[in-house]
Amino acid sequence: MSSRRPALLDLDPAVVRRARTLARKAGKPVVDLARAHTTVSVERATLRLAGLSGADHDGTPWVNHLVDAVRDGVGLEHGVTTPVWDALRRGEAPDLLTLAQKASSGSASFRLPEKRDLTTSRKAARSAVAKGIRTVDAQRRARERMVAKVGDAPRTPWIYLIVATGDIHEDIPQAQAAAREGADVIAVIRSTGQSLLDFVPEGATREGYAGTYATQENFRLMRAALDETSRELGRYVRLTNYASGLCMPEIAALAGLERLDMMLNDSMYGILFRDINPIRTFVDQRFSRQVHARAGIIINTGEDNYLTTADAVEAAHTVTVSQLLNEYFAKEAGLEDWQLGLGHAFEINPEVPDSFRLELAHALLARQLFPDAPLKWMPPTKHMTGDVFRGYLLDGFFNLVGAMTGQGILLVGMMTEAVVTPWLSDRDLALQNVRYVMDAAGGLTEDFHPPRDGLIQTRARQVLGESVDLLETIVADTDTAGDPPLLAAIADGTFGAMKRPPTKGKGLDGVVVKADGYDNPATALLEEGATR
Amino acid sequence: MSTETPAPGPIVRPYGDTTGDGMVQVSFTLPLPHDKRAEGAALQLAAKMGMSPALLVHAKAMGPHFTFFVVYGSVTHLVDVRDVQVVEREFPLLGSAEVNQAIRSRLGRKLVVVGACIGTDAHTVGIDAILNIKGFAGEKGLEYYREMKVVNLGAQVLVPDLVASAREVGADAVLVSQVVTQKDAHIHNTTTMSAAFREAFPAGEVPLLVVGGPRFEEGSAATLGVDRVFGRGTTPGEVASYLVHELVTPRTAPEPRGEQR
Repeated sequence: MSSRRPALLDLDPAVVRRARTLARKAGKPVVDLARAHTTVSVERATLRLAGLSGADHDGTPWVNHLVDAVRDGVGLEHGVTTPVWDALRRGEAPDLLTLAQKASSGSASFRLPEKRDLTTSRKAARSAVAKGIRTVDAQRRARERMVAKVGDAPRTPWIYLIVATGDIHEDIPQAQAAAREGADVIAVIRSTGQSLLDFVPEGATREGYAGTYATQENFRLMRAALDETSRELGRYVRLTNYASGLCMPEIAALAGLERLDMMLNDSMYGILFRDINPIRTFVDQRFSRQVHARAGIIINTGEDNYLTTADAVEAAHTVTVSQLLNEYFAKEAGLEDWQLGLGHAFEINPEVPDSFRLELAHALLARQLFPDAPLKWMPPTKHMTGDVFRGYLLDGFFNLVGAMTGQGILLVGMMTEAVVTPWLSDRDLALQNVRYVMDAAGGLTEDFHPPRDGLIQTRARQVLGESVDLLETIVADTDTAGDPPLLAAIADGTFGAMKRPPTKGKGLDGVVVKADGYDNPATALLEEGATR
Repeated sequence: MSTETPAPGPIVRPYGDTTGDGMVQVSFTLPLPHDKRAEGAALQLAAKMGMSPALLVHAKAMGPHFTFFVVYGSVTHLVDVRDVQVVEREFPLLGSAEVNQAIRSRLGRKLVVVGACIGTDAHTVGIDAILNIKGFAGEKGLEYYREMKVVNLGAQVLVPDLVASAREVGADAVLVSQVVTQKDAHIHNTTTMSAAFREAFPAGEVPLLVVGGPRFEEGSAATLGVDRVFGRGTTPGEVASYLVHELVTPRTAPEPRGEQR
């Protein structure tokens, strides 16, 4: 990121190029597959951008009602917007909300318009969705203005702290306190199980479980509170949430509309760890990343998760492979390098000899492979044993790797990891740990240069080599159905030893093959970069 | 144990650097601004906890409304080890050959085990340590046992899916691992799971329900509605021995999934 001197790791540029070529080769057929499909959530996100919000008295959002009704009536193969704006033009209802309400009781009829009706409906839909896109643009400009006016985080890595009470009105003071204590980024963890809900809950929520529901109103409340704190502190405090699970596209749209700054968004996490259907995930992911690109949101990928289930030394290359794939999918969707918070984690068993040197090698490899991405550095969890004293030392070493390798975003490790949800004092001690290491050793990026062909350089090259090998295996993978090689690889358990075939998993029934006349004004506006 | 060291107890006190000194350390936060009064309050708490004398070694403001303390002191309490109750292992520890032999000769078919992490818990480290061939603590996992059929469903399995899988494969035992404990998620998930199984299967045909994780209390199986709880450091061999003890070793009722529970 800053002035880079040559050959910190002495990676062979030909091998690096080979790795990227293979990632593209693995990713491209999946992108083609994503382009050929839509999902209920992509269609709902499009309606949200057109301004449809709210839910019925049972909490079922109007976007769900409308998409379901259109699907029942004429199918989603042509997109939800054409039949919806055709129905509005035919006077089925005076506005979108009323149409959704009527549709929920089965008293609105839909058809696929033709000829002039088709053109006019599409135009009307585009104009409605463009309003939402312009709101996203305006929020991006508002962020840029505010950063310019109140100031940015004073240094990198940005300090990332998690808040998770379940009650948005409790989260707010905790988030503000965390920001005052030094957090540059606040992440509101979602309620347990939200990723498997096929709808986005509505309104301000107080009853989350081990986390707080991601809702548009919760986003708005928290962003407003952090704006207030940003002005008070003279630095812009960023807000993070999760664009993952079955409603990834909708949550991305809401994040763009409510000016969230970073979103967790991994290309394969939902498939591997939540058993969400692979095609559903890749379709939803592409749309959500296009929204994030437009909104100026930094994505955070989830490679740390691989290491919670696998050995951090043996599986080090799976992190690199996932980073390369995430990079490919992100760039294809229009994200720029500065928006790629590629994840990795300090999870090597501390009993392994030279564990710290290996961590350094892995972290430097990520830094060298993605020099212009912010990189998100995740603290130890797997080897936090409940011995809080030892855990505090481990977190110190984690911080030291972060300082020595110039990470962009540092998730603060808690010594009470796996013991309790962080106490007030835990957070304070953890921030003291970070501050001490950054102040004492932050400048080591200048001095630290691993010796040529020493353990660190050799290890980094080995992991890169293993990554290329794994990518070669992936692109050569096949299944009987003739799926893209990456899907075949996911199906036979290449990642995290979890087998996820494209014909299984949650949310598969929400995937629809696009017909020739498919239209989605949101995708069109995002891909064209247009505002109208 | 060396011969010079006397047998411990039965009355013991904490040990700092001298036998009987009773030294402990505690840390806590009080909702008070940091001043002399707050420090006095911390010492008052220490006294009420039985620390006498108590030494306030560290006090630090945590924002304007809270203060964090570290207190050292000698506790006046005595511990009588004769009054301590321990849940002893109720089953004999068997080697893998003995486990296979017992299943083969007494059950006459493979013992079917289904394992999963439920809820949003993505930490499969526990279930993998018990099930994967790689195992844990030098012991091979249950997949290694020739007479066991192991189905590892992985992470974030929904309870209804777990029930369905258990039914589909005719599970003798269901192993669930819970690492994440935020807001007692592990307890909530476990009771949900056990209730679902007891609802889905007729009484007496419910598979043996076993949960494991670092934060389960010993002896909490009954309150959680499961048959056995395994804590930190459990090895695959212990689990295998337990399964044989519960499901294979003959009891009054011959059918392993019969009315023993």
